Amino acid sequence: MKRFWNGYQKAIADDHYFYERSCIRQTFFPGSEAAFLKILREELGKDICDNPHQHTCTGIGYHSDVVPFETTMTVVARLFSLMTECGYRNYVPSCVTSFGVFTEMLAKWEEEPELKEKARQYLWDACRREFEVPDNIAHPSDIIFKFRFDLKPKMKYQLVNRFTGKPLRVVEHIGCHYAKIFTHAGIGNAEFPYVLAGMIEAWGGEVIDYPERRHCCGFGFRQYLVQENRGYSIANTQKKFESMESYEPDFILTNCPGCNMFLDKWQYTIAEMEHKTYDKEGYGIPVLTYEELTGLLLGYDPWSLGLQIHQVQCERLMDKIGIPYNPAEKYCDFTGRRLPSPEKPEFLKV
Amino acid sequence: MINFGYKISTPRSIDMDSADSRLYCQLVEAVPSYRYCIGCGGCTATCSAGQFTDFNIRKAHFLFSRRQYDKLASDTFTDTDLNKCMLCGKCSLVCPRGVNTRGLILQMRKLLLK
Ligand code: SF4
Ligand code: SF4
Repeated sequence: MKRFWNGYQKAIADDHYFYERSCIRQTFFPGSEAAFLKILREELGKDICDNPHQHTCTGIGYHSDVVPFETTMTVVARLFSLMTECGYRNYVPSCVTSFGVFTEMLAKWEEEPELKEKARQYLWDACRREFEVPDNIAHPSDIIFKFRFDLKPKMKYQLVNRFTGKPLRVVEHIGCHYAKIFTHAGIGNAEFPYVLAGMIEAWGGEVIDYPERRHCCGFGFRQYLVQENRGYSIANTQKKFESMESYEPDFILTNCPGCNMFLDKWQYTIAEMEHKTYDKEGYGIPVLTYEELTGLLLGYDPWSLGLQIHQVQCERLMDKIGIPYNPAEKYCDFTGRRLPSPEKPEFLKV
Repeated sequence: MINFGYKISTPRSIDMDSADSRLYCQLVEAVPSYRYCIGCGGCTATCSAGQFTDFNIRKAHFLFSRRQYDKLASDTFTDTDLNKCMLCGKCSLVCPRGVNTRGLILQMRKLLLK
């Protein structure tokens, strides 16, 4: 029995990580990456390198068929060369798309070693750099999962509704490229993905198992990037919302920038198009990244975590958990200067 | 409403939870051997009516089992298609699962065409 479950485990390095930031997360969920670095350095005392010379992994272009494989391979090789140059061997890509690209590259290089030699040659020809393959690739959600019980005693809040005393009911959504491409790459495999469910259960919440739990968030790269195809993208997301609606989730937790963005922002679009929201009161279901959730429970300021940038507002969720926040500081910059507030949507309440 | 330049696509998947199964259950009750159909298409391949008309027996009973009754009576597969079957019974002879296919046609006619 024990051996059977071995296939669902994953090796995650203990310390000394090389972090690679996402292209899009800084815009949509701007506090998440900074929160992750803070959690690792200040709460867990880990060493993590945030190199300023890093760049895209080409993932979005690659999966949209506009960037050829050889280009992606060379760009990945360059990122690995930065890691090598800094003296690290454990690679931690912030984005699930990047995670999928790196896992794919390692699998390709193992199956076809001549491709790795090609990558070395391309990289050398392009910028006279060399690289080593990382010993371990882990997604940041893997790392938070690994240390979830170390973080728990430091947390000020639990995933419990303070009005009813019951666990918060949470929908977890894992990015497809986390474990659906290479099943061994994810905790619990593609069959029983446990990376987010493990955090929710450890921190007092209850995971909702609903019919479309493993359905795609709807991003699908080309389905969204080509405007004419966006109807497919939003229809996929709507299918998930319809499936989860009757379970009345308190919030959605994701580990992928695309999923986070689409599960959050499509709620606004569906409300505009069909005047439909998926909670009872018309405010929508808040969507959090795992870093935002960890930061919130650790007591970090919600506005420095970037929660005001979300489409579906999180105040009602914070009220349920009992997290204090100052509405007057919601739209202020880091010096305290007031910034203009965004327009209010017509149908989705904020 | 804001013009986003796209609409929410209507899914083509069949939601069996919300489908009306009453007619299907009546069909299976009347022709219990239908449960054993594996969708091989032998019935269609041998059907003489199918050689000369649009009628397709496997398509007909598949649509029925998927609760797509309206499609059986739609323009593309008209209600009269079910009437194109000559009830010759050749399909029953080739069916590897022993499905009473002729009985299926008769019952579908009864249930749909009244
Ligand atoms: S021949 Fe029999 S098993 Fe094959 S599709 Fe027709 S009814 Fe079904
Ligand atoms: S009974 Fe009908 S469906 Fe079967 S072979 Fe004859 S004409 Fe075709």
